[in-house]
Amino acid sequence: MKKETHPRLRELRYTLYRIFRNPSAIIGFSLLFIFLAVAIFAPAIAPPKYAHNPYMMPHKGFSPTPKPPSETNIFGTTSGQYDIFYGVVWGTRTAFKIGLFVVTIAGFVGISLGAIAGYYGGVVDEVLMRITDIMWAIPTLVLAMAIVVAFGRGLDKVMIALALVQWRWYVRVIRSEILTLRDQDFVHASKIMGVSDFKIILRHILPNAIYPVLIMASMDMGSMVITASFMSFVGLGAPKGFADWGQMVALARNYIVGPADDPLRFWYTIVIPGCCIILFVLSWNLIGDALRDAFDPKLRRR
Amino acid sequence: MPTYILRRFFFLIFVLFGVSVLLFGILMTFSPERRAAAYVTTPQQAKDIPKIIKKFGLDDPFYIQYVRWIKEVSRGNMGWSLVASRPVGEAFWRYFPITLEMNLYAAPIVIILGIWLGTVSGIHRDTWLDHSTRIFAIIGWSLPTFLFALVLLMVFYGYFQWFSPGVLSDQLTMFIIDNPEQFTRYTGLLTVDGILNGRLDVALDAFHHLVLPILTYVIVVVALNMRVMRSGIIEELSKDYVMTAMAKGADKRTIHYKHARRNALLPVVTVAGQLVAMSMEGSIAVEVVYNRHGIGWWLAESATQLDMPVLMCICLFMGLVFVATNLTLDILYAYIDPRIRLN
Repeated sequence: MKKETHPRLRELRYTLYRIFRNPSAIIGFSLLFIFLAVAIFAPAIAPPKYAHNPYMMPHKGFSPTPKPPSETNIFGTTSGQYDIFYGVVWGTRTAFKIGLFVVTIAGFVGISLGAIAGYYGGVVDEVLMRITDIMWAIPTLVLAMAIVVAFGRGLDKVMIALALVQWRWYVRVIRSEILTLRDQDFVHASKIMGVSDFKIILRHILPNAIYPVLIMASMDMGSMVITASFMSFVGLGAPKGFADWGQMVALARNYIVGPADDPLRFWYTIVIPGCCIILFVLSWNLIGDALRDAFDPKLRRR
Repeated sequence: MPTYILRRFFFLIFVLFGVSVLLFGILMTFSPERRAAAYVTTPQQAKDIPKIIKKFGLDDPFYIQYVRWIKEVSRGNMGWSLVASRPVGEAFWRYFPITLEMNLYAAPIVIILGIWLGTVSGIHRDTWLDHSTRIFAIIGWSLPTFLFALVLLMVFYGYFQWFSPGVLSDQLTMFIIDNPEQFTRYTGLLTVDGILNGRLDVALDAFHHLVLPILTYVIVVVALNMRVMRSGIIEELSKDYVMTAMAKGADKRTIHYKHARRNALLPVVTVAGQLVAMSMEGSIAVEVVYNRHGIGWWLAESATQLDMPVLMCICLFMGLVFVATNLTLDILYAYIDPRIRLN
């Protein structure tokens, strides 16, 4: 006789089946897989020139005019003769670092606060949610900019600022999920049996409330990279020459229009790092979209 | 209903108070010396920093400085803008119309296009029409605004030379500056002022410069609206009343556009607040790339020069707009949905 699998595992298997039936998930995961491979094998694909600081793009000379792709620089060089290929490869690592850092911290803070607010209710809930309401009143990018200005420029400051701003999303989502679970029979049952509050939240409530958070985390991995790259673009984030896609676009900004006889001469300086940003974000959004379709109870069993 | 509005109104005041404390808290992470440096204009004055700290009370406790600051702000004194080299309050009204103008044209397009595409996509669910609109939406959602704007600029300004960055062509800008008596700035919106002054060329030129910013903005922002509308339509179409209407042989168009669409519009109203926030963020990127000197450009420029008073002013303004929008939306929502109104 076949062994009965744990119901949660069975559910997970069904979810995975739903996800991988969706073409957008397949495209999303394949793109992500390529980016992940590039990020992991970055030192092999583009050996760093400065061993102590591999994120600085190597450059030959200081000429501001970009050079087209050649044998030594297969994607060409951008303004300041920085090698685009090297920047793109190591920029993948930067992008993962930004996304993972912001989403992990914001997710952890948001889930903890949201779980506490939703589970205990009352005064705790009131205070936490009013603080969140205040944070909500200012758009992410604007508040993050204000914090970066207070802390000083730099990519690390941008990451901290975004994490400080973005947790408010997770609080709202997890709280509203928990409010619907809090009064269900299985929670009351474990309470009567004397299970501690901490254990109830961690083992019984969170596993049932986590899916919307996963969808959002996946979307955020992309949107935080967009926001960070915009901040690098205006000059608040990565310093000049740092392997960051947004910073590479900023370097090329004065070369979007070439000389009169050939206006698109420097296309590669914008299009190559730009495509990296778009594909990276697209992969996470496709995954998030597929997760939404797979987890949404209204669409799930159809 | 009146008590509800009153409660929301108190909430607005509470949130604005909280936002001001938060922003002032961020400002206070600067050391007194660093804040005093804002008053220093020549190297000789640098030795006066301790005096300046004393004079303006920059090392007082938090709440004393906060009350002093709030008093100044309520009197309209927001500080000095380095970028504009004039007081922040005055500079704000110079930059504001440019941002307003773009949003005034873009918002109706975003709303109508989003609702239309969402309806079409939802009604024809899982057909090629639905798939292509969804792909369009998810790509639009993944496009960083600044990058998309740069590419549009590269193609339509660099290659085709159809459009150019800026707000108005140089010739007309010079004309307006040189002849203030011939061109009265009634509203600050160039397209409107152009028509009011009988200068159609100015209005057309200003509109010509608006095409690319609006295009960028609409393609990036419309996805959210569309997605909410689509899932709303799908949900409504699976409800019993639609089944009943189908069963008794009601016209399909009537069911789709009269019954389902009206009900599906409700969730769209709830995300409108988020849409406002997105449009504020969107205008920063669009204005920076297209070199339109509006609020967003001013914000980015001030941020790179570490000009805190401007950032605080804009944050306060955006908080006000956001909270006021949500207040209006809540009231509107209660008005259009009888289930909420009657409770």
